[in-house]
Amino acid sequence: MDKMVLNGGLGQKMLQLFAEHRQQIGMLDSPRIHSLREDAIQRFEALGFPDQANEKWKSTSLAKPLMLEYMHFLEPFEEAVDLEKIFRCEVPDLDSYVVTQYNGWYHSRNAAISTLENGMIIGSLRAAMQAYPDLVDRHFGKYLDYQQDGLKALNTAFALDGLFIYVPKGVRVEKPVQIVNIINIKENIFVQPRNLIILEPGAELTLIHCDHSLKHKDSLINSVSEFYIGDGASLDHYKIQNKDSSSTLITTTHFHQEKESKLSSNILVLNGGVIRNNASVRLAGPYADADLSGIYLMDKEQHVDTHVYVDHAVPHCTSNELFKGILDDQASGAFYGHILVRKDAQQTLAYQNNRNLLLTDKARIHTKPHLEIYADDVKCSHGATVGQLDPMAMFYLQSRGIDPHNARMLLMYAFAAEVINKIKVPALRERIDEMVSKRLRGELSICDQCILDCSQRRPVIFDIDLSTL
Amino acid sequence: MLRIKNLHVSIEGREILKGLDLEVGPGEVHAIMGPNGTGKSTLANVIAGRDIYENVEGEILYQGKNLMDLSVDERANEGIFLGFQYPVEIPGVSMTNFLRTAINEQRRYRGLDPMPGGEFLRVMEEKKALVEIHSELANRSVNEGFSGGEKKRNEIFQMAMLEPRLAILDETDSGLDIDALKVVANGVNKLRGADKSFIVITHYQRLLDFIVPDFVHVLFNGRIVRTGTKELALELEEKGYEWLKAETT
Repeated sequence: MDKMVLNGGLGQKMLQLFAEHRQQIGMLDSPRIHSLREDAIQRFEALGFPDQANEKWKSTSLAKPLMLEYMHFLEPFEEAVDLEKIFRCEVPDLDSYVVTQYNGWYHSRNAAISTLENGMIIGSLRAAMQAYPDLVDRHFGKYLDYQQDGLKALNTAFALDGLFIYVPKGVRVEKPVQIVNIINIKENIFVQPRNLIILEPGAELTLIHCDHSLKHKDSLINSVSEFYIGDGASLDHYKIQNKDSSSTLITTTHFHQEKESKLSSNILVLNGGVIRNNASVRLAGPYADADLSGIYLMDKEQHVDTHVYVDHAVPHCTSNELFKGILDDQASGAFYGHILVRKDAQQTLAYQNNRNLLLTDKARIHTKPHLEIYADDVKCSHGATVGQLDPMAMFYLQSRGIDPHNARMLLMYAFAAEVINKIKVPALRERIDEMVSKRLRGELSICDQCILDCSQRRPVIFDIDLSTL
Repeated sequence: MLRIKNLHVSIEGREILKGLDLEVGPGEVHAIMGPNGTGKSTLANVIAGRDIYENVEGEILYQGKNLMDLSVDERANEGIFLGFQYPVEIPGVSMTNFLRTAINEQRRYRGLDPMPGGEFLRVMEEKKALVEIHSELANRSVNEGFSGGEKKRNEIFQMAMLEPRLAILDETDSGLDIDALKVVANGVNKLRGADKSFIVITHYQRLLDFIVPDFVHVLFNGRIVRTGTKELALELEEKGYEWLKAETT
């Protein structure tokens, strides 16, 4: 096992690591990917890790996690683990195809890559680079722009493994695919998974992406997912994050959308230490539609920063964003929503909405919409609100006999329901619904995901039938 | 049922209630009238327990209990209901779930098990009929997008569901046309009973044609300055408040 311990000066160490192991890292590269890697490491050298002087990172500091020492692995993690023994997904009735990433590496008890009956190829990116080099070469790194972002550049330079999915033309994948990222190691670890998901024209896929951690050690995760959504293809994407407070999770999800494609993306953040989610969409073909939503529920010292970038490159596309947050205690957050409507992108419809509830005087949120419009025949709007629970609504509920605690829950829950209601997979919606109500009651912890679930399950006094909302 | 003695209440440094006395017996309907800004809504809110007031002094006894010791929800669960002058819109909370939560909280307070779903639906249908509410209303978010009349009718509907012992209706008649007024009054009349008391706050004598009060009080300048029967309301309708103002200042 080739592992490196990276001391302080993480950026320098990464450069050194790359220089020393260039051969090994690029072992499976096509000529194009080889050049891409070289370019990316140069960009990282120029940019380094982002600090708060960087406009896009002014709300989130990486200073602390970057001070720590981490293990960084250049080869698959070879610990014999039976994942079913340590992790059980808490979504009952969810009939899904589950794959896992263990400490940043694709983990399967079966083959590293396989082709299912419907023609879908699923497995590790590393295995795909060997088995389907042309396919990987055609898409890998083609859509993500890392030129101005050191973390994306670093991930690109060090892209070694992650999830690979290929859905052939016209194939509608019935079962949702669920990928569970688990960090479970006794030392601090820095992982950089790289996922590549390709939907050929007319393909349909539901992907549920869960980030969990089991051991309470410091981890730094810099993950990148690239999605290619071909003509008329449809992707339903969920990101569920329930991390421990000692983790720093930076995710970048880039969706490239061709003509008449549909994207529905939902980012559900339930717990975390420091979380930064970048979601970007390029609407590259006419009549493409992107619906992006999310909810973040933060308390204690937790921090969540959401950056959404929608690039309307061509005419007749639509995008809709709805992000909501509830911040309690000293939690802090940021929302930055950038919509770019290029010169030729006439008939664009682009909406953005960010709404936040702050439950204490100490909770903070920075919200910043940014509309950049160069076409004249478009409809764009944005809205951002930051507020407290409505005291009149609280009094009204209490005057009907509902105690203050439950009244608060009811109002917070109603606030969150608008986003939860967008989840199209019924079993997932029900479970998220339950997790959110537990989370709002302060009963959902990271332990919930563990098979030893020792948290007390108290009966939920109010119940809400989402179908009536 | 309710005994208020020498109640003083201020808001933002201004004294609104200045030593108010009021006694309401079981089964009685009391109307409180008076010009704007004399403290009628304040009185209603203070009884319900709203906590925005300062220097609350005096005594409010309800069924022998000191209300000052109880929170808003405890008062509600003890059987006090406030029909809001301006019912609050609560997006995202459906009427059904709101009421179910309220009823089950009340039952929990009284040591009862939650009401079974089937029974809840049956009771809801029954009470909806009482205030002539069409079914769509119940599945919408609480008061959201309701017309003025619907909101007021919804207050009476909630009252019917919660079956309070003491209901305070704060200008439930304002903004209602005559038909809606009749529906509201009819709802109240059907709920009247030997152990149920009402305080009806209104500007207009008109409502009292439909909800006939046992007593009429005039609230002026933070005190009840006159108490009579329904004839007092007619007199006020005829003469206005000016003669009372002249008499008391």
